[in-house]
Amino acid sequence: MSTFWSLWIIVLTVVCLALVTWVLFANRKVAVSDDEEPENRTTGHVYDGIEEYDNPLPRWWFNLFVATLVFTVAYLIWFPGLGAWKGIGGWTQENQLEAEQGKALEEYKSSYDVYSQMSIEELVHDGKAMKMATRLFANNCAVCHGADGGGNFSFPNLTDNDWLYGGSPEAIKHTLTQGRNGNMPPWGPILGEQKVAQVSEYVLKLSSQDYDLKLATEGESVFSQNCAACHGAEGKGMHALGAPNLTDNIWLYDGSREGIIHSVRMGLNNHMPAQKDLLREEKIHLLTAYVYSLSFEYE
Amino acid sequence: MSEQRSSEEKNADNKASDQSIRYVNLYETPDKIYTRRITGFFQNIRRYTGLPLIAAYLLLPWLVIDGRPAVLFDLPARKFHVLWMTFWPQDFMLLAWLLIISAFSLFTVTVLLGRVWCGFTCPQTVWTMMFMSVEHIVEGDRNKRIKLDRQGWTFEKISKKTVKHSLWILIGFITGATFIGYFVPIRELLAGLIPFRNDLGMLQIGVSPVAAFWTLFFTTMTYLNAGWMREQVCKYMCPYARFQSVMYDSDTLAVHYDPKRGERRGTRKPTDDYKAKGLGDCIDCSWCVQVCPVDIDIRDGLQYDCINCGLCVDACNAVMDKMKYPRGLIRFTSEDELKTGKTRFIRPRLFGYSFAVLAMISAFSYVLLSRTALSVDVIRDRGARLYRIAGDQVQNVYTIKINNMDDEPHEYSIELDGKYPFELRNYRPMRIEAGEVFTLPLRISIPRSELNTEKAKLKFIVTAQDDPELQAVETTNFIGPAVKKRR
Repeated sequence: MSTFWSLWIIVLTVVCLALVTWVLFANRKVAVSDDEEPENRTTGHVYDGIEEYDNPLPRWWFNLFVATLVFTVAYLIWFPGLGAWKGIGGWTQENQLEAEQGKALEEYKSSYDVYSQMSIEELVHDGKAMKMATRLFANNCAVCHGADGGGNFSFPNLTDNDWLYGGSPEAIKHTLTQGRNGNMPPWGPILGEQKVAQVSEYVLKLSSQDYDLKLATEGESVFSQNCAACHGAEGKGMHALGAPNLTDNIWLYDGSREGIIHSVRMGLNNHMPAQKDLLREEKIHLLTAYVYSLSFEYE
Repeated sequence: MSEQRSSEEKNADNKASDQSIRYVNLYETPDKIYTRRITGFFQNIRRYTGLPLIAAYLLLPWLVIDGRPAVLFDLPARKFHVLWMTFWPQDFMLLAWLLIISAFSLFTVTVLLGRVWCGFTCPQTVWTMMFMSVEHIVEGDRNKRIKLDRQGWTFEKISKKTVKHSLWILIGFITGATFIGYFVPIRELLAGLIPFRNDLGMLQIGVSPVAAFWTLFFTTMTYLNAGWMREQVCKYMCPYARFQSVMYDSDTLAVHYDPKRGERRGTRKPTDDYKAKGLGDCIDCSWCVQVCPVDIDIRDGLQYDCINCGLCVDACNAVMDKMKYPRGLIRFTSEDELKTGKTRFIRPRLFGYSFAVLAMISAFSYVLLSRTALSVDVIRDRGARLYRIAGDQVQNVYTIKINNMDDEPHEYSIELDGKYPFELRNYRPMRIEAGEVFTLPLRISIPRSELNTEKAKLKFIVTAQDDPELQAVETTNFIGPAVKKRR
């Protein structure tokens, strides 16, 4: 907050407070003409012949007003409210958040400690741990990967036993902790439209979809020269690079002819954010077990 | 008349030099009320209805059932334990019914008997009575109190005032701690309020600062309300006081002075033949004014401040007994009775309110008895797509919230019911602890060829595996791909 705006807020607040105080104190007395007793004055309202006395207001009411003013001043001294003034109470949003987080940590520490000692295989069969992990998944992962981990357009399905980077507990844990960057360069400018169309047709053939025989045959050599380095000679993918298997008809993006052409032409960039700074070790451990368990078939 | 004199005294210093205009205070401290102590029929009723209520209020938090407090409003866990039942936020309807029952009961009683709630059972009244008793015991009766307040700060005055206010604060603290005892187990609360030195040598308390704050808050408020505010609350703050007056009709029983009998007022000896002097039964002793907790003169007729407590009735009857006149110069009666000698109890209003009370009690009982200890919520997954195609299957993803409100853990099975052969894929029955809410994802799939609509109804039936009675059904929609319209 710049000095100007800080002053702006301070001046506005203080002036308003002073005005309110002045209004309250300036109106403590009312004028009455001498020829009428104040006790018998009415407000002049008449309803069905019932008149309303203009009696003085109770004193405690005035005192309540004063109390609110005192509270305001005390509040503005204690808490940050006046522009850049930090308040002498030392309260900040961050402080409060950390205190709350500390409390939560304290509360769950014991259970996390137990689970951290267990192996992934053991956790999978521990109902309580899995429940905790289910909640963690819903809060941290479901936004992209779907509530059931079934994935979405451009977000991998975690339930189908098809892995970009490998499905071992270690690989999953690595993915969660460090994140992943999947990246395929745009081949359009390199190969030209003709070859893009050919190689895409070949990929259609690989994934056992309907394809044009002539184009696909031409595409095979394009594939082995340019794509096999990552996707493997048979197009089975490579876990080390996160290069997807092109033969299983499971698609992260659009797997139709147009979709494949687009992907080859423009390239793809996929980013799984690293969780190591967002989630603590213990949580990642639990989530690893959960994601690992998702690919089992439960019947 | 005394009121006017005192106001003039107050305003004397406000007179400006200008002859025609003077300034008066817009805000005034009301005169302190010194009530005369009185015993009698109605005062006894007040006492003996108040005592059990206070006893119940003080003792309830100490009761323990099955190892937990009998009444505990557990706000952090969002559960209300009342005797053997546990209420959840979902049961808020019940609270609404209960409040409506209370409101209509109040209306019914008010139509019949006027503001007896205010005079006899309202906490404000009961606590004020307690504080007044303390005042009476410490400082003596009315005249002594007036004298005490007028004299200077002698040792006697200071000691009496100190004792009185200490007792008031003590009662306030017992009240406040008891009240918070409904939200925090009271044994923990009282033990935790005692400050102790921690390892660093700092003073600290065992309970949360929030509980300590509210205990202090209610202590202060009780002290201020029953000690200082008293009738001001009934006159200016209380909303019930406002709208109870609306329910009066000419047959409502309320405290009335019988002017036919009483007028003309005048002093006399008990032996005088007052009727020959043209006097009525009222001897103008002003006892009825002196005992009044809201400082009105009932002989001016019914006023909005009157809380129907019957103290002036007791006072007047005591005087009438002394004078050997018949009782009932001031009595519970209705306007109609004063005019015609008859009160009509049976009237449409009463039937209306009574019917409403009965209806609400039935509704309340029905809701209370038909509760199941299980509630289920189904939310469609808020993913990017309405549905997912996997091979030849259409899939929808839901998150289901199973809330086990029972005191036992259960495993729940989920069954689907719908027009189409939906299949539940990834559910394993999970053990859900007592009082736990668990949210888990469900994937429902159906062969694409089986689904010939874009939107199908789908029922989730959740049943406890060890208790078929414990069942909840939730209906939701299954969304499928657009169906090509036949031309």
